Amino acid sequence: MSEPVITLAFAVSVLAMTFRMAVPLIFGTVGEAFAERSGVLNLGIEGMMLVGASVGYLVSYHVGDNWAGVAAAALAGAAMGLLMAFLTVSLGAQQHVAGIGTTIVGSGLSFYIFRLGVPLVSGIPPTVTSFPELNIPLLTDIPILGPIFFHHQALVYVALAVVVISAFIFYRTRFGLIIRAVGENPRAADTAGIDVFRVRYVCLILAGALTAVGGSWLSIAQSRFFLPNMTYGRGWICIALVVFGYWSPLRILGGALLFGGIDALQLSLQAVGVEIPYQLFLMLPYVVTILALIAVSRRAKAPAALLKPYRREE
Amino acid sequence: MMESGGVVVELKGIVKRFPGVVANDHVDIDLRSGEIHALLGENGAGKTTLMNILYGLYRADEGTITVKGRQVTLGSPKDAIDLGIGMIHQHFTLIPPMTVTENIMLGSKSEGFLTDPKRVEEAISILCDRYGLRVDPKARIWQLSVGEQQRVEIIKALYRGANILILDEPTAVLTPQETDQLFTTLRQMKKEGRALVFISHKLDEVLAISDRITVLRKGRVISTVNAAQTSKIELAKMMVERDVVFRLSKAKVQKAAEALKLESVSALDDRGLQALKNVSFSVYEGEILGLAGVAGNGQRELAQLLTGIRKRAAGRIFIRGRETTDYTPADLLDLDVSYIPEDRIESGAILDLSVTDNLILKIYPALSKGLLLDRSAAAEHADRLIKEFDVVTPSRDSLAKTLSGGNIQRLILARELSLRPRVIVASQPTRGLDVGATEYIRRKLLAERERGSAILLISEDLDEIMSLSDRIAVLYEGRIMGIVPAEKAKIEEIGLMMAGTSMKPDKEAG
Amino acid sequence: MDLRFRVEKRPPAPMWLKVTAPVISVVAALAICSALILQAGVNPLYGYYHLFVGALGSTLGLSETFVRFSPLLFTGVAVALAFTAKFWNIGAEGQLYAGGLAATFFGVSFIGAPSALIIPLMFVSGFLGGALWAVIPALLKTKLKVDEVVTTLMGNWIMWYFTSYLLTGPWKNPVTVWPESAAIAPTAEFPILVPGTRIHLGIPVALFCAFIYFLIHARSSWGYELKAIGANPKASNLMGINVTRGLVTVAILSGGIAGLAGVSELGGIHHHMKTDLSFGFGYTGIVIAMLGGLHPIGVTAAAFFMSVISTGSQVMYRVTGVPYPISEIIQGMTLACLLLGVFFTEYRIRRKKE
Repeated sequence: MSEPVITLAFAVSVLAMTFRMAVPLIFGTVGEAFAERSGVLNLGIEGMMLVGASVGYLVSYHVGDNWAGVAAAALAGAAMGLLMAFLTVSLGAQQHVAGIGTTIVGSGLSFYIFRLGVPLVSGIPPTVTSFPELNIPLLTDIPILGPIFFHHQALVYVALAVVVISAFIFYRTRFGLIIRAVGENPRAADTAGIDVFRVRYVCLILAGALTAVGGSWLSIAQSRFFLPNMTYGRGWICIALVVFGYWSPLRILGGALLFGGIDALQLSLQAVGVEIPYQLFLMLPYVVTILALIAVSRRAKAPAALLKPYRREE
Repeated sequence: MMESGGVVVELKGIVKRFPGVVANDHVDIDLRSGEIHALLGENGAGKTTLMNILYGLYRADEGTITVKGRQVTLGSPKDAIDLGIGMIHQHFTLIPPMTVTENIMLGSKSEGFLTDPKRVEEAISILCDRYGLRVDPKARIWQLSVGEQQRVEIIKALYRGANILILDEPTAVLTPQETDQLFTTLRQMKKEGRALVFISHKLDEVLAISDRITVLRKGRVISTVNAAQTSKIELAKMMVERDVVFRLSKAKVQKAAEALKLESVSALDDRGLQALKNVSFSVYEGEILGLAGVAGNGQRELAQLLTGIRKRAAGRIFIRGRETTDYTPADLLDLDVSYIPEDRIESGAILDLSVTDNLILKIYPALSKGLLLDRSAAAEHADRLIKEFDVVTPSRDSLAKTLSGGNIQRLILARELSLRPRVIVASQPTRGLDVGATEYIRRKLLAERERGSAILLISEDLDEIMSLSDRIAVLYEGRIMGIVPAEKAKIEEIGLMMAGTSMKPDKEAG
Repeated sequence: MDLRFRVEKRPPAPMWLKVTAPVISVVAALAICSALILQAGVNPLYGYYHLFVGALGSTLGLSETFVRFSPLLFTGVAVALAFTAKFWNIGAEGQLYAGGLAATFFGVSFIGAPSALIIPLMFVSGFLGGALWAVIPALLKTKLKVDEVVTTLMGNWIMWYFTSYLLTGPWKNPVTVWPESAAIAPTAEFPILVPGTRIHLGIPVALFCAFIYFLIHARSSWGYELKAIGANPKASNLMGINVTRGLVTVAILSGGIAGLAGVSELGGIHHHMKTDLSFGFGYTGIVIAMLGGLHPIGVTAAAFFMSVISTGSQVMYRVTGVPYPISEIIQGMTLACLLLGVFFTEYRIRRKKE
């Protein structure tokens, strides 16, 4: 079995792959952070990611432009976010029930439009060309660090930018302050003249758009086609990651890289023929989340109004 | 007193209906600059509802609002804030994990896209100096005392440029000293020409601070008078439309055995701070021990302790001779202890269950054979109690949430008193109820007293304490400041104890 | 959002509205999804005709509907029971697999044992497996105050990956290449109750579970306790009701019944433990529980309806070409419409005066 597989080249390739695996997690989790910080648990995330994957792939295939696909995915995701917002914010429905319903709709829709939108040749869908990997002058050529950090497709850098921008929004802007207020004490925010409904709508639409972009990465950039259920629970991992990252974008990035790294490692090990119980690796994020939840419950750091619909008694 | 300026706000013909009740019934009222205008009335008179309409939290069903001469529509608090109206509610609208500065930055228009904490902190210091308030901008809200939090609320309103400031029962959670400080601040604001609204049900304060007083009763304006030209008795009369009898007649009851005893009990509150310090007292069969004190001095923790929800940190508790120190609510079930909780819709009743289901909450095991619940026995029991306690409900199967506040309290009393308890802990039993329900509850408590129950009455309503109790104890910052027999008690002494001055070591009565 | 309408609470809704709301939601969902059917180039009425006739109009169709009815009724009841006590069991899917795994152990190991022994053993072990998997999040909730929504959700994937691990590893079927277990003993296969169909023992067991739920809901003091705990745990605790014990017990029962769903599919249909033993039955159970208003009769009707949609969609696909994931969309839209309907039974929309 074990010849020395951990060569430098192997390590570099795993680390580079870590970023790629982390992309959908970053988009989805940052989106989820917006939603949860404003007080809504978005269990529709898995459905939103699937819709993004499906729409992104279909538009990219038919239009011939990947970025058009990403943009379309974002719009579709925003629409799903709007649905979720309508159910939980305007109707005040139970958040987890509305979320499961949204995921079911999203999952079904993603599969449905895929079937309608693309001809299958002996059961295999046509592929799209993925994004080219960027060559950043000078930086890409640095040995070791170059391939790991500076040779990725554009969306990877977009994801990193999204992390930085959201951290900035949360901690240095008024909007971030408002979001946090709404998630902690919506009644206080309301009497401060803040439109609680609007804030939550915006956060959920944003969450939907970001998550869907993450999904489009999976279909356009990674596998280059869509398959039903291709997200494979990544949406749920984002729910986990939000807790693990204490609702903070920078920590979330760390967690996404960690989970992405585990995924990259187990895939790479399998690829070189190492027999590992890869499922146990894949289980890790979920187990870790439960442990993180236990730790968090001790410190009660979650936004206080999470899961409670806000209704102003008229 | 300074002459008030022109009219800044006019509310005309305001009507507001909720399902089953008219909260504001064609109310006319005006506010003038440089004046403190009090809204006086009992619970449920419509004072808070009216001001919530002015603040944009509610929409009136009929009527007009005129601010500085222009008729306006207030769709949300934002509209009110834009017009210079600020409101300080009974329950603070602050965000506990955020700092004072962050809380004040919320809802203020002068902020741009980016936050600038330093500038805000400077502005806060200026305001603090001008009004003699003292607050640390960097502190987080959960670290502040109630009085300090209220100051943050005031600064928040001032920071947003409020010229018209509404205060809803601001002294409910303050000590007498803090109240004086608040009044100083209010007078300063008045001098600057602001219009202030002071909602209260406390006659003394209203007479002390206001220029004009509007009395509301059952949603209607009874009258608007100048404070200098009226008296406490006249105001009280307007509030209840009859001569208020301040002391209910009580039959003298032979006191018997010790039913409830606390020995050097200490307990922590939810934040880990000491809520009760070395509390000792006893309640005897056939007596009402009134526990007076401003809310937040340990009453809640004491009630939780006695009913098994909170663990004590030290000391012992005895019920009818038996040590019950760490008993859970289930353990207490057999000891004939009843609890009338202060948050009745959260702890006292289950709103989504039917009236019947609520009434059998404590006795349903007795109504079950094995796992099967005898529904017809439950129905019989419910019918009996509904009749005996005059619970107004369309049917025994109606959900408890359809009942009015007074009827929910009757429901709770029915459930508890039908079990013939020996010890009753009643916490704020008449808060928020109309006069009829209040009298009913008080009569029932007196009847229980005559039956021989030992009753611990925890109440913020000093009149209630004075009229119902045999002995009066005062709780201040978790300590018993003194226990005096009711006939000998003077209201000033009790007030002093509530503010922290303990009596000379007094022999316990009886 | 400056709404032109105002929302106000309305007096409690009459009973007839509560009963018709789910029906209206279904009709609304079907109407909305007809747009999608049109998109596929098919006349919606034509498509729905084949859906309903396909699921109900022939022996084959009806029997397949009943086959699908079994796991859905199990999970529907399981979730409804938990939701009554406001124990948000999103983990029925994982509990289903846990039950399946436990039953597989006995089904595979006890070759040669008589049916009368092995089948009850499978049910019992399946129940215990699902119960155990649900108890963990329940204990986390009661002892450590960890919210059960996320823990039960995570549990689904942990159990599914564990199943996958077993089925590609230690429990792999030595005979084939599929990720599945060895076949269960022939005596462990559930008897077919209607010859010529696949209707198996699981269906009456599911109906029995629904009946048990009915007894709990309507007649038992334990059911009364659950409702009290769900409606107001704080007050229930004050009244001496042991909230912790109630939640843990409901988790056990709920998880166990969900586990039975796994046993049903294992023993009645597949005869091997598989990684695709369930097609989201655990999640559909949530929709069913809500659609049925958590009431035993409602849940049974909702489960049957979802079975019809599921089976019918496949027929509709074969006849008209409308892709069968339409069934999932109908499921989700029904829930969304139901939430809208529930909203209208509690609130009224009035136009703003101005």
